[in-house]
Formats: sequence, structure tokens, C-alpha cells
Amino acid sequence: MSRTHTPVVEGWFAGQGDDFRLLGTRCAACASVFFPREDGHCRNPRCPGGDLEEIPLSRRARIWSYTDSRYRPPSPYVTNPELPWEPYTLIAAELEAERIVVLGQAAPGISVADLAVGMEVEVVPGALHEDTETVWTTWHWRPTGVEA
Amino acid sequence: MTGEVAVLGAGMHPWGKWGRSFVEYGAAAARAALADAGLEWRDVGSIVGAGTVRGGYPGYVAGATFAKALGWQGARVASVYAACASGAQAVDAARAQILSGLADVVLVVGADAAPKGFFRPAGGDRPDDPDWLRFRVLGATNPTYFGLYARRRMAVHGDTVEDFAQVKVKNSTMGALNPYARYRKRVTAEEVAASAVVAEPLRLLDICATSDGGAALVLSSMEFARRRGVDRPVRIRAVSTVTPQYPNTVLDLPDIATDSAVAVQPHPDTFRASIAKAAYEEADLGPEDLSLAEVYDLSTALELQWYEDLGLCAEGEGAKLLREGATSPGGRIPVNASGGLASFGEAVPAQAIAQVCELTWQLRQQAGDRQVAGARAGITANQGLFGHGSAVVAVR
Repeated sequence: MSRTHTPVVEGWFAGQGDDFRLLGTRCAACASVFFPREDGHCRNPRCPGGDLEEIPLSRRARIWSYTDSRYRPPSPYVTNPELPWEPYTLIAAELEAERIVVLGQAAPGISVADLAVGMEVEVVPGALHEDTETVWTTWHWRPTGVEA
Repeated sequence: MTGEVAVLGAGMHPWGKWGRSFVEYGAAAARAALADAGLEWRDVGSIVGAGTVRGGYPGYVAGATFAKALGWQGARVASVYAACASGAQAVDAARAQILSGLADVVLVVGADAAPKGFFRPAGGDRPDDPDWLRFRVLGATNPTYFGLYARRRMAVHGDTVEDFAQVKVKNSTMGALNPYARYRKRVTAEEVAASAVVAEPLRLLDICATSDGGAALVLSSMEFARRRGVDRPVRIRAVSTVTPQYPNTVLDLPDIATDSAVAVQPHPDTFRASIAKAAYEEADLGPEDLSLAEVYDLSTALELQWYEDLGLCAEGEGAKLLREGATSPGGRIPVNASGGLASFGEAVPAQAIAQVCELTWQLRQQAGDRQVAGARAGITANQGLFGHGSAVVAVR
């Protein structure tokens, strides 16, 4: 039985393989970009507020900083308490065109030793966790030139 | 310049992991502050409580909770919640009441009872809550943000993990002298380096714990202080509670992303620097006038960041200031003479009040073995989740 793939948050990312992108919104009046998406009203206080249109964010970014999580985070992060904790890496990446820093988990297998501030990364689809019926999907940052 | 209010009393319940209700810590701190002021609780016209999200309903209505614990006496009540800045906003609310003439004497109280382990978001399925989302989607605990900031400093300014460890060494030396601190043992750089990595590059002893504790202040009008015969009270000269300027380009807790700066140039001051600048402007003094500073060292690396944001040194020179000994006891501008969060662990709504308690004792020359000689002016600085931050300037 194949499990359904469900985004951990609806509307934050879309696409498969090389077409995978984070989705933000952009104000039609002032061009401010929002991620996570802002669908209510533009948050630029100098802007009268325009229509907020969904846009894909740049695929590539540069590492602003990075760290890792050596201890099991509390709920609502989903982990299996019966398995030993496997640390994962977090990357804050700066998207040049949008001038925004977006936090994400690094692709599996990427450790802090593989990273440096300023290094180029790309956004790739990933799995956050799985249960019997569902694979909960998310985004990962992965250094460019590294194959999955 | 805004008017001044007098600090008539300061009191604390020792920080620790006592396993009792926050109400008990807050009430004990309140009684200590009242005794220090030489006032009876029934003399107080208003009470402002700094709330906690960890005490259930009584935590949200902290002002009334403490008023009931001390014995209902009809005082005006307010409760404020502003994450880590809750205590400073409680001070600010009290000050506003005094300066507007609504109250002569206000009791400010904050206390918390912290859980074991990481702070976590409110329960339930809360996909519209950024604090819930960062845990659900990324597992991003508070220390992971501290790790990001620390690594960024290493890359941009050349700070080292040895610099970070020296902050802990310095603060533990002062905390060992503070009877209200939870950790009263001096820590060596080797002990920091031998502690477990929590969020690379930060280790357990780089990151502040979460604690139980309570702190309280009795504030009054300058006129009331004079009538009480207090000729030279410690005076609160500024309370800064500004919010960030759009676009906020530093990744702040609990956000998953910064604001985008594509349409609007970022303000030249970061949020933290703007908190300090507003306090300096209101107090009509500058960093060169300070005798000491109490800053929010949620991590060792963040203390160095505060040196720069408070203007104690230029951007990028925080580690140099530390290495020179300027922020150590006997230095040009001792920082965290109380021992800081490194020695206390954070008791969220009490912490910003505790910072002002330390300034009060230092400015009265009552700080015992950790006294900063001739202290005349001090600043506190703090930052918390959801765009909150504060700075308080006190003088004598």
C-alpha cells in the first residue's frame, strides 16, 4: 500500500524534483515578499496594501548561519521515542533576490562539518516524518553540487 | 526627558529548581521588596504582575494572583505579558501610573516555575501559531537559534568558542558571590569545553538554564520618596519597550524567516540596538556614562552581541572588549555583575525585574563582594520572543 504524501503545512512549498520551490506571497503595490506566506494584508507599514500574489521563491540561497539539534526537541516535533535520537542540521539561508533569510532543516546526511557561512545551498523536497498512512513532506536545504 | 520614578525597595526569591508554585516565589519576593522599602503591603496603591504562560490561568492574571496571595487590600491591579520582556513592561506600566498621578506607590512582581528541559509551545494543534510551527516543522528549540547567532558571529567577526567560554567563566565568578543565584560555583574554560554540545557551536555551559525564581520592586513618585525621607533614592530614568522596524532582517525567535528587505531598506539600527538607543535618548545619557550593565546572556555568545548593541564597543569588537577585561569586575564597564543568566538560569517574567534589582543594589553600594566601585548609572537589556525587548536605565 503506498502512503499519501502530505505537506506538513499546506501552501508553503510545491513541485517535484528540480521544480520544487518554497511558495511565498508578494504585494502587488510595494513588491514586499512574505514567507511564510502572508495572505491577509501587506505588512510593510509604508504600503497602503495591494493584492498578495503567490510566487515561487528562488531555488538557490547562501548560508547565513547553521547549527544542529543534538537533543530531541519536544512535541509537537514528531519523533519515535523508542529510537535513539539522531541529530539533524539546521540551515538559515539568505535568498539574494528576495532579501530574506529562511530557516530549514538540512538534507539528511549533511552535518555542520560540511557547511560554511556563505556556501550556496538549494531547496529540495524532503520528508519530515512518516506514519503508517502518510509521509509528511517538507523542504530541506542542501549544498549545491551534492546529490541526494 | 521623561520624569523619573524612585526605586524604594528591591527583593528576590533565590533562583533554583525548587518545585513549588510561582505564586510562592513571587509573594516572597514581594514581601522582601516591601521590607526593603520599609512599607506595608496595605500602603501600596497598585500592583502590576508580570505574567507567565507556565502557571495556567493564575499565571495569565499574575497581578491579581500575587495581590490575593499577599491578601486582598483593594489595590489597583494590572497584569502584563511580553515574553522575556514581561518584567520590564511591568516596570513600565508601574512607571506610567506613577508619572500620570494614578498611583503613588506601585509593587511590581514577576515569578516563574520552569519545567525540566526545553521550553515548549502551548499545547494542542496550533498551525496559526508561529511558536508551535517552528517546533512542528523544524524542531527548532531556543538553543538552536542561539547556535545560529553564535556561528554567525564566528564567521563574520572571528569570535571563537574560547571567547564564548570566557563569558561563562566571568559570569560564574560573579554568580558565585550572589546569594540569589542558582549556580554558585566558579566554572573554568575547560569545564565549558568538556560539556556536551547542545546546538553547535554552543555547549551546555554556554546556554542558560530555565529556573524557578521571583523578583519584585517597590516604585514610587519622587515626591512620595521625599515625604518618606528618602533623599537619594535610586531613580529609574528610562524604560525602553520599542518594537522592531520593518523589515526586521535578523532571524528572531520564534520566526522561521526574516522579513524581506526587497522593497524597503532596513533601518540602520538592528532591533536590539534600537532598544538601547531609545533608552539612552530617554535617559539623556550614553554608554560612556554607564558604570555597569546587566544584559540578557541567554547564551555566552549573545552577551558579546549585547556589548555591541549597547554601544559599549564598535560592531564586531565584543570579543575584544571581553578579552581586554573591560566587562570583568574592576573593568571599565562590568557586565552582569549579578552573574547574569549564566548563573541564574531564566525565570522568564522575573528576569528583567531581577536585572533592575541588581542595578538598585549596585547603585546603593549594597552589592557586597560583587560591588562595582562607585556605581552611578546602569542599564539593563533584554530580548524575548515575538518582537519584545527592553532596556531600563537607573541612576543615583
